[in-house]
Amino acid sequence: MTETTVTANSVEGAEGTDGVRRRDFINVAAVSAAGAGAAVVLLPLISQMAPSADVLAESSTEVDVSGIEVGQAIKAVFRKQPLFVRRLTPKEIEEANAVDINSLRDPQTLAERTKEGHLDMLITMGVCTHLGCVPLGAGEGENKGPFGGYFCPCHGSAYDTAARIRQGPAPKNLEVPPYEFTSDTVVKVG
Amino acid sequence: MSFPWAKEYTPQHPLMRYLDEKLPVPRLVYNAVGGGYPVPRNLSYMWNFGVLAGFCLVLQIVTGVILAMHYSADSTIAFAKTEHIMRDVNWGWLLRYAHANGASFFFVVVYLHIFRGFFYSSYKAPREMIWLLGVVIFLLMMATAFMGYVLPWGQMSFWGAKVITGLFSAIPLVGEPLQIWLLGGYAPDDAALNRFFSLHFLLPFVIAAVVILHIWALHIPGSSNPTGVEVKSESDTVPFHPYYTAKDGYGLGVALLIYFAFVFFLPNYLGHPDNYIEANPLSTPAHIVPEWYFWPFYAILRSFTADFLSIPAKLMGVLAMFAAILVWFFLPWLDKSPVRSGHYRPLFRKFFWFGLIPTMAVLFYCGGAPAEQPYVMIAQLATAYYFLHFLVILPIISSIERPEPLPYSITEAVLGKDEAAQLEPAE
Ligand code: HEM
Ligand code: FES
Repeated sequence: MTETTVTANSVEGAEGTDGVRRRDFINVAAVSAAGAGAAVVLLPLISQMAPSADVLAESSTEVDVSGIEVGQAIKAVFRKQPLFVRRLTPKEIEEANAVDINSLRDPQTLAERTKEGHLDMLITMGVCTHLGCVPLGAGEGENKGPFGGYFCPCHGSAYDTAARIRQGPAPKNLEVPPYEFTSDTVVKVG
Repeated sequence: MSFPWAKEYTPQHPLMRYLDEKLPVPRLVYNAVGGGYPVPRNLSYMWNFGVLAGFCLVLQIVTGVILAMHYSADSTIAFAKTEHIMRDVNWGWLLRYAHANGASFFFVVVYLHIFRGFFYSSYKAPREMIWLLGVVIFLLMMATAFMGYVLPWGQMSFWGAKVITGLFSAIPLVGEPLQIWLLGGYAPDDAALNRFFSLHFLLPFVIAAVVILHIWALHIPGSSNPTGVEVKSESDTVPFHPYYTAKDGYGLGVALLIYFAFVFFLPNYLGHPDNYIEANPLSTPAHIVPEWYFWPFYAILRSFTADFLSIPAKLMGVLAMFAAILVWFFLPWLDKSPVRSGHYRPLFRKFFWFGLIPTMAVLFYCGGAPAEQPYVMIAQLATAYYFLHFLVILPIISSIERPEPLPYSITEAVLGKDEAAQLEPAE
């Protein structure tokens, strides 16, 4: 044990020649250390809310597109969300290409939204970019809206035959997820 | 704090005297809602809704804690668990209907409480803090009710959760990661359901804490009253007990009659039938609506259909929806008239009854209607008036209006002029 003597001076904290008390240094050091510690503790508290490993692991899906007729669409599931796979008719392709790109809210050509050599295979998320409803138009007999693509009934967003936003509150085109053709008839999404 | 003539708590029984020394809870109660709290003698039934809201909170906590004993927040069984409560648990149907309709009743009561505040400008000094805490309570209630509605995991639960968390994706740059973080996934699922359950359980207790602050702040100046004239003397007040315990008790009885008429005879009237269909992430119901108490704000959200001042429509809608409530925070400073009560403010009164109230009714109606014309257009006009009312009309009225003469005191307002009233000019 070392000897300690408590004097009035040490209670106040010895003052150096520059007017800074030693006790001030301890104060600042302790509060900073506690602050840094608290900031580090926040990390797991915030990060636990993010998607967990199993949710992330579910993020790839294979779809067989051979059965889809021209003009038909199917709904698949990708990341627990609907995925629209649609085989466009020549007329729909023509309509999509006839649009002036600069007039679009989210300018993209049909070719940019499909894979080379598969201009007729339109693969998008079935999630409205407004607030996330599933637009109509992929199912048999559903309302395709004024632009012949998809129509979101929630707040009235209308998409064209390239699933680009044309009218209503949605800010973006239906998202094209990352995917590749693993053969002529099978698509791997994610 | 209270008025100097407030009666002092004087326990007679030795046990109560002992308790008063060691833990003066009975004294607190006596001074808060007992004979020791002087209250203006002229409060109308519009002053019942505070106590009723407190009752609703207790009702929700009691029924909610019991429901939680039988419920399970696993997305594969949550829907079945709710049906299990309805069909198998003894009296489970009663508890669930009491909780679901209790939420609706809570909002009816709180809306009336808020509109009382609008009409009598209860938000003005010295009661601004009470008002600000009230708006905080309202925001917490909205969050609680939203998350509660997700728990039965029906179609409206799921799509409501998706659309409302989708609001956050409108925020530039961080929006989408934020939505994924809030949900713990790309769409509402197990992670979201569990955290909503956890927070739905927690938030009512946070509300209870803010309610305590709200009442604490209230007890400093005491209640306002229908004349808006402050208490001047003892003859202006009566003790809370027995006068307002009786009046509040009567009001509670009437409210319970209406509430139980719904619980027993119309238990699903305020709900949406689609919520009895299990959540299906692949199919959106034809017409998504939130619970009725969110309709006015939902209408404001949907009325931004085109980009505005180069802000995307989606973000504009979200900002407007939140602003519609946040503007209430500024009311104490927007309405500068020194007169509180709408009864003495001819112009203010007109804009209240023929401006604000019909606008809220229209927004309410449009929020529940499909997102089609003419509803969208009507909602746009109503949204414009809503913001004009608070941000432009109120400040202008309060500077140009000539208020009607105020009574000298509450006593005078109730009993007619007396000598004191002749001696001094009106406030
Ligand atoms: C501010 C107070 C509260 C409000 C506004 C509120 C609101 C709601 C709403 C709107 C629902 C959905 C009703 C339905 O359609 O089934 C719900 C469900 C539920 N709440 Fe609450 N609640 C509150 C307090 C509580 C508390 C304190 C608990 C438990 C500690 C709780 C536990 C539950 C449970 C387990 C459910 C799911 C069962 C069901 O759907 O009936 N609630 N709540
Ligand atoms: S979610 Fe599709 S228009 Fe709003």
